[in-house]
Amino acid sequence: MGMATDFGIKIEGVSHAYGGGQGQLGTNTLALKQTDLLIRHHEFHALLGPSGCGKSTLLYLIGGFIPVQTGSISTQKGPVTAPGPDRSIVFQNFALFPWKTVLENVMYGLQKKGLPEVECRDIAQAHIKLVQLGGFEQAYPSQLSGGMQQRAAIARTLAVDPDILLMDEPFGALDAQTRRVMQEELRMIWKKRPKTVVFVTHDVHEAVFLADRISIMSARPGRIEHQIDTGLGPERDESTLTDRRFVELGEQIWRLVREQAVLASRGGL
Amino acid sequence: MAGGGIRPLAGEQERGSLVVMVALCVRYLPVLIMLALWELAGRSGLVSQQMLPGIGAIASAFLDLLSSGELIMNAWRSLSRAAAGLGLAVMIGMTVGLLMATRPLFRTLINPLVRILYPMPKSALIPLVMIWFGLGDASKIFLIFLGCLLPVIVSAYNGARGVNPFLIWSATSLGASQDEVLREIILPAALPDILAGCRTALAFSFILMVSSEFVIAKDGLGFLIGSLGDGGNYPAMFAVILTVAGTGFVADRLFGSFVSHRLRWKEQA
Repeated sequence: MGMATDFGIKIEGVSHAYGGGQGQLGTNTLALKQTDLLIRHHEFHALLGPSGCGKSTLLYLIGGFIPVQTGSISTQKGPVTAPGPDRSIVFQNFALFPWKTVLENVMYGLQKKGLPEVECRDIAQAHIKLVQLGGFEQAYPSQLSGGMQQRAAIARTLAVDPDILLMDEPFGALDAQTRRVMQEELRMIWKKRPKTVVFVTHDVHEAVFLADRISIMSARPGRIEHQIDTGLGPERDESTLTDRRFVELGEQIWRLVREQAVLASRGGL
Repeated sequence: MAGGGIRPLAGEQERGSLVVMVALCVRYLPVLIMLALWELAGRSGLVSQQMLPGIGAIASAFLDLLSSGELIMNAWRSLSRAAAGLGLAVMIGMTVGLLMATRPLFRTLINPLVRILYPMPKSALIPLVMIWFGLGDASKIFLIFLGCLLPVIVSAYNGARGVNPFLIWSATSLGASQDEVLREIILPAALPDILAGCRTALAFSFILMVSSEFVIAKDGLGFLIGSLGDGGNYPAMFAVILTVAGTGFVADRLFGSFVSHRLRWKEQA
């Protein structure tokens, strides 16, 4: 593989201010400052940092939901200018279409691809099975628990087979047990169907458990402060949690994140 | 079949329908009390029978009107006008409201008109509309349309403005175009508000139907009320008024059950 195809997402000199128009930095809240980040092809990458550090902003910029003001973001498909099915996203609040059944939700992106109805249905069914929601095809989101809704949202996103999977604290609204199960399942699904994943979280152990590499962001204005290879290997399960490297990494990263959190709270005073 | 045990036995079924009957009686008890007081007021001589005819007289006048076909014919004329005006208002109002919410230029142009027209009593326009559209159906339909239009526009606008932006982001990241987002995401997400606006419009359509027929009509329920009143036939006049009230009530209930069917995806509170 040549160097040119080696990257998944290239972020160069990205700054972002809220409230101001394009190219008007400085007058408003600066969320990101001169951020550079290279995310490798088919890497599971976690963005970790204190709340308000701009990690979600960075994710939304990659998704194309908010326009890049300064710097550039590109993927294998070229510069990011708008949202697209090559960079699909899973939100913390699930964002399922409440008037559609689980099946209809998962079929939506496939229909947008222009696939024949029968094929949409088959692919959707397969993904509903993949996230273990078989039997709930005809249920509306309001009839499902939070964990089940998040599974459905993940199925909807995976079904369109994006090159890049963006996840914005996807398990943040779930209880601890469900979160643990979902983390293992996500890692398993990712192993079966490798993709470039950008996973935003403020949970240190979640980041270490899931990711191949972790970027720790600084307090506002956000920047990538540290990058760490977890080196935990491709297999992650119950035993990972007691692995010495997992425990050590957790402590080391916790200290780094804490530093930034303290800076953030001082900055806020 | 052994599973038949789940079905209620005949006796239980009867008891079930008895419960429903009692519940209905309790629910409409205030109406029954009002009717009783009405009858009492006439019989006791508190109010002259001329001014407030008894229930019996009204009922027999109702049957006469019904058997002569006069009531049916006029009700048909009125309701078809109301349906035409309301139907147009729903179609156009929904489109205008959604466009206002999503197209800033359109909003700038239309918003002042909506704000001025909404609180204006549409019945004040009756003489003017008569000059514009003549004495035929067009003038009544236009007035009903105008009265129903504003609540539909405002509800569609508010509904569309309140759509969870993450739903729109999800759709665009699954490959939906701007037009598809409007039709497939914003419209169904705003539907609860739109239907509430339509329900208000339904009540307005009855009000404007009768009041416009008072002034400009050769037939219809409003015309009938006016001409029976002028002729001093108060029992028949009351019979028509109560027919309007009853029809409006039934229309509202039917619309209500349509709404709860259409919005069955919403959380059951």
